[in-house]
Amino acid sequence: MEKIFTVITLLAFASSAYARDTISIVGSSTVFPYATIGAERFSEEGYNGATIEPTGTGGGMKLFCGGLGTNFPDITNASRPMKAKEAKLCLDNGVTDVIEVVLGNDGLTFSNSVDADRFSLKKEHIFLAMAAEVPVDGKIVTNPYTTWNEIDSSYPEYKIEVLVAPPTSGTRDAFDGLVMEEGCERSGYTEIKGDDEGCTSYREDGRTIEMGENDTLIVQKLSEDSERFGYFGYSFLSANQDKIQGSIIDGVEPTMETIQSYEYPNARPLFFYIKKAHIGVVPGIQEYALLMVSDDAIGEEGYLTEYGLAPMTEDLTDRTIEAVEELSTMDLQACADKKHPLKELSGFGSACK
Amino acid sequence: MTNLIKRKKAERRFQLYGIFAVSLSLLFVLTLIVNIFSSGIGGFYKTSFLMEIHFDQKLLKLEDNPSSEQIEDASFRKLISYNFKENFSQYSKDEIKQIKKLFYRKIDKETQSYLLKNPQYLNQKVELLFTASTDIDQIHKGNFNRNIPEKQRSINNFQLGIYDQFIETGKVKKVFNKRYFTSGDSRDPESAGVASSVMGSVFTILICFLLSFPIAIFASIYLEEFAKSGKVTDLIEININNLAAVPSIIFGLLGLGILLNFFGLPRSTSLVGGMVLSFMTLPTIIVACRSSLRAVPPSIREGALALGATKNQVVFHHVLPLAMPGTLTGTIIGLARAVGETAPLLMIGMVAFIMNVPSTPLEPAVGMPAQIYLWSESAERGFIEKTSSAIILLLIFLIVVNFVSVYFRKKYEKKW
Repeated sequence: MEKIFTVITLLAFASSAYARDTISIVGSSTVFPYATIGAERFSEEGYNGATIEPTGTGGGMKLFCGGLGTNFPDITNASRPMKAKEAKLCLDNGVTDVIEVVLGNDGLTFSNSVDADRFSLKKEHIFLAMAAEVPVDGKIVTNPYTTWNEIDSSYPEYKIEVLVAPPTSGTRDAFDGLVMEEGCERSGYTEIKGDDEGCTSYREDGRTIEMGENDTLIVQKLSEDSERFGYFGYSFLSANQDKIQGSIIDGVEPTMETIQSYEYPNARPLFFYIKKAHIGVVPGIQEYALLMVSDDAIGEEGYLTEYGLAPMTEDLTDRTIEAVEELSTMDLQACADKKHPLKELSGFGSACK
Repeated sequence: MTNLIKRKKAERRFQLYGIFAVSLSLLFVLTLIVNIFSSGIGGFYKTSFLMEIHFDQKLLKLEDNPSSEQIEDASFRKLISYNFKENFSQYSKDEIKQIKKLFYRKIDKETQSYLLKNPQYLNQKVELLFTASTDIDQIHKGNFNRNIPEKQRSINNFQLGIYDQFIETGKVKKVFNKRYFTSGDSRDPESAGVASSVMGSVFTILICFLLSFPIAIFASIYLEEFAKSGKVTDLIEININNLAAVPSIIFGLLGLGILLNFFGLPRSTSLVGGMVLSFMTLPTIIVACRSSLRAVPPSIREGALALGATKNQVVFHHVLPLAMPGTLTGTIIGLARAVGETAPLLMIGMVAFIMNVPSTPLEPAVGMPAQIYLWSESAERGFIEKTSSAIILLLIFLIVVNFVSVYFRKKYEKKW
């Protein structure tokens, strides 16, 4: 037995001496396809490529903020800005210099099958359909609605059934922040209850169905039953337009233009975070980041744009490119104190929350 | 009398239940196989277009008789757009752009590799095969209905017209997709392949075998032949049997906690993957090895002892060789189970996008099942086919492994 332990220990030493020469990227499964497209172009330019692991935004942050050294990832993708407690985790583990890069925008669509009627929804109605408890006649009760027309007579008589993402997913965080919390507020729930506790609890009577991170499966499930709804990023909608359609939310249709202008109420920015201490240790990190934010990638006709990423406004693009070129780090201490320079901007309300 | 009829009826009824159960399970297996093969077999083929290319020396800025390095450095973009303009001279600039979209976007690289292989093409006009884009590939294979409204598909009516024209002139060919077996993962279904995941699985299983096989053999020999039976050995035995039933994700967590976090081994590598899977297969092999050791008749041990062999000699010269077929069968089945495992790999980062084909176990890798899982999540239609093709490969591999183990058992099995 002793020998086996010696071997394992030796291997451990051998491997910690083994320098990594490919970039290690973790994080959001929404950003994953964009990162892989970028990595592919990156390797076409003669670099060593990258290892990209879809762990979900929260999981990625945990790994990324785990510490410095080649056993920890260099970049984490996020479909929402970093949270205050994640900034604190980073600081606690010595990850003090982090570069925040806004990659572009994604529109969270609330979609159903093309065989069904297209809905023009209001956020409060989505909340009323999905929440565990809703206000009825000034009282908070267990959600009584079973069909959409019970919520508002303008909707067709479809059964309520929504496929949802798991709690670890950044898409779920974003949906909760953009739709559920706001719908909750508008429905009068917070006023009656006095706080927003329970705004993001989904009903558990089989009308919201947790589906895992597999968006393809959700598309398939939506085609099987045209009365079902599901939510996912705009890239999935644009790749599957023959099968699904995005509902109009608060009067705005999800298109590339409305998402870019944040006119579409469920538009959200996508991010990636770079560990500055790893630049120069693992080759190619800055070059990869530069390629991701180049005009060829995220410009009007860029390859990421073609895949469904909505470009940012010019101001934001300039800020992003500058951050990567100058390697300007974000103020993690301020973030841990719930402050963020972009907080006032629409779409960034949840930054460092 | 009536009693006998009743009993006979009961027997017939039971037989019918049995036949029903067997045919139901056969039906399930058949549905699965037919479903996977019908959607996956196409993944081994790709649609290609014949197109004439004029390898103009000037456009490539190449000298006479260029070396391979010079060809590798040359940019083929200009040559491609020139050739498109020549071949489709009756169309407008915008239309040519749309025609170009019928081809795989790396058509310049494809042209380059043609010239690399055949330098004599320089300054010649040659008709060559080029990979079609995944959208048209899916339409050609019939996986995508072309009769839906134009707005809902990525190929517009003009492009479909050109495609029909290609078909009429016999320019569309279905060829074997070699790239599927030689390249790693890619974002483009046209060039995505299983090579990196196959290599990842091979390394993982190799490491798993090298670690678990000797350890399991020594452990079972000691427990079966040398250890004194007592409370401690009983406890160990119970634990080994229990370990064989532990869900595989638990071993993944163990790997994450001990190998990655404590020993600091590199994430996403087949080294760690193999170690984690060997945790998982160890109990299975130990159980198999011990039962085949137990099956060796005591007369063989006693005979050897009577001739003056030491205990060690008895075990290694007589008992172990006789127990080997059973042990090997157990090992192969344990490894086959490990090949199909995804859950533990998820915990140690072996579910990732990896383009490079790994050449050592210390490089990042994915396993076959993880690759299948990743592809099944992709938005592009072309990956549905790739997923099924990868499943076919994995199934074939597992069937082969099972046949090998059956062969071993039949060939070396001894009856006493």
